[in-house]
Amino acid sequence: MSSIATDYLEFVNISKRFPGVLALDDINFSVPIGSVRALVGENGAGKSTLLKILSGAHPPTSGKLRIGKDNLIFENTTQAINAGVAVIYQELQLVPQLSIAENMYLGHLPEGSAFINFDQLWASTMDSMRQVGLGDVSPKVKVGRLSIGQRQMVEIAKALTRNAQIIAFDEPTSSLSSRETDVLFDIIRRLQKQDKAIFYVSHRLEEIFEISDSVTIFRDGRHVNTRRTLEGLTRDMIVKDMVGREIIDIYQYKARPVGETAIRVTDVTGPGITKPISFEVKKGEVVGCFGLVGAGRTELMRILFGAAPRYSGKVEVFGENVEINSPADAIQAGVMLCPEDRKKEGIIPILSVQENVNISSRRHHVRAGFIDRRWEYENVMDKIHALAIKTPSQRQLVRNLSGGNQQKVILARWLAEKIKVILLDEPTRGIDVGAKSEIYDIIYRLAGEGIGVVAVTSDLPEVLGISDRILVFSEGELAAEIPRRDATPENVLSYALPQESRKHFRESAITDRLVPA
Amino acid sequence: MSSQPESTAMPKGNSFARTMWSDFGMVIVLIILFIFCAVFVPRFFSPINMRALALAVSMTGMVACTMMLCLASGNFDMSCGAVIACSGVVCAVMINKAFPYVGNYSIYVGLFFALLVGFLVGLANGLIIAYARINALITTLATMQIARGIGYIICDGKAVGISQENFFYLGTGSWFMVPIPVYITVCCFIIFGIILERTSFGRNTLAIGGNEEAANLAGIRVAYHKLRLFIIHGLMSALAGIVLASRMTSGQPTTSQGFELDVISSCVLGGISMSGGLGSIWYAVSGVLIMGIVQNSMNLMNVPTFYQYVARGLILLMAVIFDRYKQRN
Repeated sequence: MSSIATDYLEFVNISKRFPGVLALDDINFSVPIGSVRALVGENGAGKSTLLKILSGAHPPTSGKLRIGKDNLIFENTTQAINAGVAVIYQELQLVPQLSIAENMYLGHLPEGSAFINFDQLWASTMDSMRQVGLGDVSPKVKVGRLSIGQRQMVEIAKALTRNAQIIAFDEPTSSLSSRETDVLFDIIRRLQKQDKAIFYVSHRLEEIFEISDSVTIFRDGRHVNTRRTLEGLTRDMIVKDMVGREIIDIYQYKARPVGETAIRVTDVTGPGITKPISFEVKKGEVVGCFGLVGAGRTELMRILFGAAPRYSGKVEVFGENVEINSPADAIQAGVMLCPEDRKKEGIIPILSVQENVNISSRRHHVRAGFIDRRWEYENVMDKIHALAIKTPSQRQLVRNLSGGNQQKVILARWLAEKIKVILLDEPTRGIDVGAKSEIYDIIYRLAGEGIGVVAVTSDLPEVLGISDRILVFSEGELAAEIPRRDATPENVLSYALPQESRKHFRESAITDRLVPA
Repeated sequence: MSSQPESTAMPKGNSFARTMWSDFGMVIVLIILFIFCAVFVPRFFSPINMRALALAVSMTGMVACTMMLCLASGNFDMSCGAVIACSGVVCAVMINKAFPYVGNYSIYVGLFFALLVGFLVGLANGLIIAYARINALITTLATMQIARGIGYIICDGKAVGISQENFFYLGTGSWFMVPIPVYITVCCFIIFGIILERTSFGRNTLAIGGNEEAANLAGIRVAYHKLRLFIIHGLMSALAGIVLASRMTSGQPTTSQGFELDVISSCVLGGISMSGGLGSIWYAVSGVLIMGIVQNSMNLMNVPTFYQYVARGLILLMAVIFDRYKQRN
């Protein structure tokens, strides 16, 4: 066991503020060499931000890093790389069109003259590839031909060529088969023996018990607890630390009468869904969909809305079978979607509030080919008033509105349609607290009118606060359905975490590709 | 996020002036340029020159109407010059072929087949770009060469004189001293101005250009919309080809080389964004006229052709830099 004296990396009073959000609040903890430290916490707890500070992608607002005897603040990624830090992200930072060797030396290719010295490049690449178990693959192979697992090894080898002392893994196993995971763990253990300091971020608590020797827990941007040994620690204790916060009631939930079925989904599959999904939502009901990032919730919403292909299964709306193959079909059938990424998929930034609100429903108000301009004006003014959209005029460009008001504009778009079911994907992401409760109000109002509401959210208190019923998704399947009275932060989160048993399913889904050397 | 955006704090009068400037700024530039040329360029404001100017811009004007829609939807078309040549040739050949059988009706046969050429090229462009999701620049570059090649093949590379003299009225006739092609162009401006401003088709075009994915998720059938857009644009190019054939009293396979670039430059000069989402008929009108006036004045002042190219390039560069600056504010 290492003592505090040999701690190699220390975070000292690290804070990071983004506009409107304190992402990291005075973080203090340290990591010794030769240790694998797990970082855990909910979505948005601050793990990713911490890694970004470590990698130099974001400089901290205040605080510093202590590495060895040096006090450092990284202004950019080059400084971090030079200080011996390597962060291996979930989305790998490799260029598929280039060879393994070129990828490893990207940015600092060995140059004999004006030209790249390829002999030297290949020789030194082979060296580090052998260390990560890629000794039988040629360094000339294009990265695009490697499996995901092999690409990850290339990333690790790249870190080794840069002589990294601190290596952080962000959700490394999320796209690996269990065999690839075993290989990865072997390499991590070897790195540990070479006295590197290793960070391991994962939602999979089983893995944390398997690979790490200590754990640091984050919640709401704060450091909650660091356990320097896993002895006597249980999964439940970690979960408790992850969620154990007081939940302030900004949700103002009130029970509503619930009617017949609004939407019934039977055995639906599609991209990102690993197991057929069935559920139903009643008229007047708010059903929350919780899950970790990549659990398949957004994918399911897009399938139901016709924005992604449906491979199988059927959908009934208000008791009638509907065939939805495009968003236009969905709207016709009374199914609306407020998409997850407001800026990319929701608003049309360079058009006015009026255009954005009327974009869909104006097709009902066309006379002799011309849009009814009076209706256009009246409808947008009516919606601005009804949803309290803060805009100087209906002609204001939507990109000039705040996030909350942009979200209201997207909601307003559907209010002039005959809504039977509304799918809300992360309706309050990036919105300040005041606007959030206004959005909740609108959600309850819609439900009160007999609409079936499906709200996807990654915010645990929110899903507990607003839902009549919670669907928990995990790894592309519906893991649990929990009525409001039975829902606790612990049981919702524990279903969202990937279970060991599900790994076997995944294994059969991902077959390793063989790569010719 | 909670703070109000700066623009909302702007006083109303200022924002009105700003809207006027962004909507009609180029129209103002056009008026100033026109007055300037009328005063300083000899013979510019003479009836004969005005007539020549109007006729010169009529072709670009027609095609600019639909090019505006293409650009506003975030797309692009390089094939319109070739379609003009090909449809002109087809028109001429079909009139001559049909004349012995149907007499005067042969003109309609010619018109039909010329428009069919435009329709087919537009259909091909639309299907490939919207449904196969191939880059618009490459697709229309290819169809441009195909259309140009077919034009040459049909007439064996030689101009085809048209035997039906009634057909020439379309391009060479005039009412009240104003050439008929100018009336056609004005009608196009009005029709497409209304389409863009007042119909779902026009508004959806801007929505698609502004954010294609958002437009799709708002229930607009994006691929089908683009297909219709390219077909309309193809038909419009064919119409321009017919008018040109009528003016030249023949179908000429070599005509309108680089015409597409003239049209695109005019649109962009007027303020239509290459990245889509921004468009107004006033932009197209002013862009086309500014380009036309500059070229006309340079001709009147005997500026050598080679220098004219340089001048037009510089004007275009200035316009897009100015536009960029305007958008950033």
